[in-house]
Amino acid sequence: MEKTEMQSILESKQFKKLVTDRWKVSIMFTIIMLSVYFGFILLIAFKKELLAYKIGEHLTIGLPIGLGVIILAWVLTGLYVRWANTKYDQEVQSIKSQITNLK
Amino acid sequence: MEQTQSFVTTLGQPNVVSILMFFLFVAITLYITYWAAKKTKTTSEFYAAGRSITGFQNGLALSGDYMSAASFLGIAGMVAMRGYDGLIYSIGFLVGWPLIMFLIAEPLRNLGKYTFADVVAFRLKQKPVRIASSVGSLMTITFYLIAQMVGAGSLVKTLFGLSYELAVIIVGVVMMAYVLFGGMLATTWVQIIKAVLLLVGATVLVVLTLSQFNFNPINIFNASAEKYSDAILSPGGYISNPWDAISLGLALMLGTAGLPHILMRFYTVPNSKEARKSVFVATGFIGYFYILTFIIGFGAMVLVGQDVIGSFDKGGNMSALLLSETVGGQVFLGFIAAVAFATILAVVAGLTLSGASTLSHDLYINVFKNGKSDEAGEVKVAKRATLALGIIAILLGLIFKGQNVAFMVGLAFAIAASANFPSLILSILWKKFTTKGATSSIITGTVLAIALIILSPTVWVDVFGYEEAVFPWKNPALISLTASFLVGIVVSMMDKEPSAEEKFEDEKLRTYLGIGAE
Repeated sequence: MEKTEMQSILESKQFKKLVTDRWKVSIMFTIIMLSVYFGFILLIAFKKELLAYKIGEHLTIGLPIGLGVIILAWVLTGLYVRWANTKYDQEVQSIKSQITNLK
Repeated sequence: MEQTQSFVTTLGQPNVVSILMFFLFVAITLYITYWAAKKTKTTSEFYAAGRSITGFQNGLALSGDYMSAASFLGIAGMVAMRGYDGLIYSIGFLVGWPLIMFLIAEPLRNLGKYTFADVVAFRLKQKPVRIASSVGSLMTITFYLIAQMVGAGSLVKTLFGLSYELAVIIVGVVMMAYVLFGGMLATTWVQIIKAVLLLVGATVLVVLTLSQFNFNPINIFNASAEKYSDAILSPGGYISNPWDAISLGLALMLGTAGLPHILMRFYTVPNSKEARKSVFVATGFIGYFYILTFIIGFGAMVLVGQDVIGSFDKGGNMSALLLSETVGGQVFLGFIAAVAFATILAVVAGLTLSGASTLSHDLYINVFKNGKSDEAGEVKVAKRATLALGIIAILLGLIFKGQNVAFMVGLAFAIAASANFPSLILSILWKKFTTKGATSSIITGTVLAIALIILSPTVWVDVFGYEEAVFPWKNPALISLTASFLVGIVVSMMDKEPSAEEKFEDEKLRTYLGIGAE
């Protein structure tokens, strides 16, 4: 690829939007994961009795919450993959198709 | 005490099923190594399996790398002895994976070649950055390796009745054969087979356990509360200091994203799309596995009993094995024991390969040879490095016999979080990151993590036996990680590296579109 062509892609609106969108989505997912996880840790550190709240004869609410964090972690990775496979990859293909001498 | 005496176990005596199973595993994996050896000639084949692994296969291999014997036996044991508190560790170990996905996987795959240092050094001055990140990598790998080797020795002694020394030597020699002859291709398939065995073994163990509780896990939790107390089902005193809790959380989460042998796996897939798929698969399997270990831990607590488990070792490491024997008899115990041994073997092989690639690719080629690599020469150096590391691993296993090495996995995670993760993420995200910023960040993270762990209760009190620790928290990550980030940012701001800023723009096509990615 020629230097000028590379430059024009780097400066194109479409490419810049691709980069900002990618980090917007990534940072949003990261913040969700961090707040859920550290929310859980802070509950353990400061509000243990909340997690010890009984929802059955012996069962505490802490169990489904812990399980929920594990499942959420997996679901979030799945949602990210779905976004990346559809939206992100489509934009990448669209930008790549404008490049003439792609080796 | 009565209960202890009435409990009969064959643990510690040679188990025929176990030994046969283990030999079968070694025979099959050595045959795979023989097959892989024929396909392992170039550097890309040796370090990265010729980028021929699919996303799903790599996801299994990643989960195999991560589900070490420490997490199988250790976490199940922690749950069996402490109940709910054990779950805190499993969750911490898991949540690093989504972060790898969101922040690291794709840029890492697109920018790098064989090691994560490729990405850190991409636009900076090669030599200083490679040297610094090699120190971070090698420290992480060495501490992890010591923990695994010592674990292997004592586990095999308990499981098969073999001597500690013989066990360490067997593990060292077999894993050297995998890496030396079969490179990444063999290591990956060993890891995949082991991951499948471990997942199947743990699933069967859970089903057998549940069969005694009308297939309802809630019955196990109720039984445990009735046998012990309701406190077992809620967070206890294990994490009492909130700052320590946050610090531990950071180390578990971001340490995962800085483990060299995990990051290296992303180069075995053909492109960033497969890389992201592999994180999804790995997160799913690891999450499922941790849910199983949670049930296994409670099952052992009820069916075996804490006093019996504690009579084998205080940490409860034998709980999963004792439960296997209780619900499945000797044959099933043999199977699970063999799987645990295979697990150690596979993880040690992965660690050694990543250490060898640091020595040969980062240090020898990019520092001593100024980046000039001839294929045959580099593979030869990588194989020599493997041999050296294999011998070192055996020696470390022998030297640390009988020592308390439980803190070493924590130390590996603290260094990975404080030295490797900040430099990696800053080099991906921040245009003005400089060579001086990267090296000083890595050095700060490494030195602080090691120094603070030595001064912390885990080493100062538990290992050295002093009354009171100099540094109050069990985990230093909150301080060492923050310091590493701050130093990296401040030093970069005082410095200016125009060539690095320019390359940051140029590399964007490679980072985001994958153009020119290897």
